[in-house]
Amino acid sequence: MNWLTDNKIPLGAWMENFVDWLVDAASVFFDLVSITLETMIISMVDAIEWLHPLVVIGVVLVGAWFLHRSIGLLVFIAAALLLIINMGYWVETIQTLVLVVSATAISVLIGVPIGIAAAHRPWLYTLLRPILDLMQTIPTFVYLIPTLILFGLGYVPGLISTIIFAIAAPIRLTYLGVSKVPNELLEAGLAFGCTKSKLLYKVELPAAMPSIMAGVTQCIMLSLSMVVIAALVGADGLGKPVVRALNTVNISQGFEAGVAIVLVAIILDRICKTPSVKNEV
Amino acid sequence: MTVVSIENVDIVFGDNQEKTLPLMDKGHSRDEILGMSGDVVGVQNANIEVNEGEICVLMGLSGSGKSTLLRAVNGLNKIARGRCLVRDGDKMIDMAKCDETTLRHMRTHRVSMVFQSFALMPWLTVLENVAFGLEMQGMPKEQRLQKAREQLKMVSLDQWADKKPDELSGGMRQRVGLARAFVMDTDVLLMDEPFSALDPLIRAQLQDELIELQKRLNKTIIFVSHDLDEALKIGTKIAIMESARIIQEDTPEQIVLNPATEYVEKFVAHTNPLNVLRGRSLMTPIDQLAVKDGRIMVTDNAWIELDNGKLIKAHNSNGEMATVDWTPETILANTPKDAVFLVPANIAMREAVEIRYHADQFMILMEGDQCLGVLQDHNFYHALLGKHFGRDESL
Repeated sequence: MNWLTDNKIPLGAWMENFVDWLVDAASVFFDLVSITLETMIISMVDAIEWLHPLVVIGVVLVGAWFLHRSIGLLVFIAAALLLIINMGYWVETIQTLVLVVSATAISVLIGVPIGIAAAHRPWLYTLLRPILDLMQTIPTFVYLIPTLILFGLGYVPGLISTIIFAIAAPIRLTYLGVSKVPNELLEAGLAFGCTKSKLLYKVELPAAMPSIMAGVTQCIMLSLSMVVIAALVGADGLGKPVVRALNTVNISQGFEAGVAIVLVAIILDRICKTPSVKNEV
Repeated sequence: MTVVSIENVDIVFGDNQEKTLPLMDKGHSRDEILGMSGDVVGVQNANIEVNEGEICVLMGLSGSGKSTLLRAVNGLNKIARGRCLVRDGDKMIDMAKCDETTLRHMRTHRVSMVFQSFALMPWLTVLENVAFGLEMQGMPKEQRLQKAREQLKMVSLDQWADKKPDELSGGMRQRVGLARAFVMDTDVLLMDEPFSALDPLIRAQLQDELIELQKRLNKTIIFVSHDLDEALKIGTKIAIMESARIIQEDTPEQIVLNPATEYVEKFVAHTNPLNVLRGRSLMTPIDQLAVKDGRIMVTDNAWIELDNGKLIKAHNSNGEMATVDWTPETILANTPKDAVFLVPANIAMREAVEIRYHADQFMILMEGDQCLGVLQDHNFYHALLGKHFGRDESL
């Protein structure tokens, strides 16, 4: 056994060297990405903060009404957002929302095309599957360290970690949706003269839409579950008070911040989820 | 005019075609080839010509290759060897070898298709579904919705235009499928067991509707079915397939009268002869009747007299008998009950039985002014018992 422990394979060292090399070789690139994303997120947060909270609530309510036309939902959203303002977490809620929405938007923009490509090329999915499994199972803190080194403190490492964690959902569910399109619909599309792109936009994507929407909803929830971890690397938002409460053993602060996170989760879930269900009925 | 011509077509599923094709030529069976090369033979050496206005039915059990062959006609299935020609104006286009653009042109303007499971897009309304193919033709939105609405009226579903397909019954959904294919104004229609998923009453109704539509529109239809009664009812020509080969291709009547193999014979054994047989195959020919004193005896006490094949008169022991010249337009209620009917030789058995039910006498089959034979109870019983349908007894 001594022989085994004496001749340690330097797995960790290799990774460290790789990250060091990345920093040396591409620090300009990473800095650029970091600055761009950071500026985008901060300006979005600033823009929403500049508006009166009641205006923001009004916009959310109008949006929810358009999607669902349910009075009950509107009452719930209004009450929940007012409670958040009352607890004093409005600014943090905005920051969290911007982070979650950006992470979801980027995940969907990258994930849906990858999912479609994988559905059309079985070999690509065989290649992707272990990578997706790895991204979802490897403890978040492990890749938090290199992202921290590459992108510095702030929103961006939080955002990147969130994307790594959440992007598997839209990829998997888009793949599932597109590869499960009934063969007869594909045949009908072809028989009536679809080109490859028409087949994608007129048959495959509409048929897969319920599944893709489920992927988006899941992606939002996974992103939200990362807010506390994002706070550890300096991303502002509802995660910060939770981390602070943990460090100072402050039950009341921890509970209130926790309630705010849960309310944001429920609001996002209710707003996003139902359209996909409607399509199935 | 030939519209679809399938020439020596082989279809193989799998990646070892170079190995499979020579095995097929050596005459190995489908199962042997599957074992030797891992490929599945879908269709082997198929030849069919379908003319304008014909309904050609591809008949066979599941796995016989009928749907596979149908899908070659619009290029959904790739052909390993042979040609599958479809008329485009004055040209015949080989669907297996033409380029993408030509293939799309053929699919949008020459060949459309109806599916067994309807294959309607569940997220589109009924109207949008019917307009789907027109959209692929590149027709502007207003115009295609207008045209789709008119077509929906033809299948009497205009009330349902804005519903989603899953709100419709199976029969209605397939009418939408038919409308979607007919609205394309293509000359060729491919129908892949379009009525198999429907219950029997709706099926019969849609079959009748299809026959009516076909009378008006005169399309060239290739129809896949596993139901012989359906094939006999709809088809002007039937091709029977068994394990990837076409084993017999003929008119409906010839299929039931002269089944080429035991397999076909089993198929036709339970057919209802009323729908298929015609006078010529039922009758007792004149030259097989007994002749006594220059009289041709039809029964013991009824006879006819002929002059060079022309009827002079029909007699029985009570004297000369009245005759009626029957045509498909004749209204039986207006004809005498005890007359000898002169009917065309190609009269359907169902019509002949109706005449016999109305009048108590035998019938004489005519071609022009020539008497060919007689039809009486014995001939009907013979047919109803299925005695025409054996290969041994068919002569």
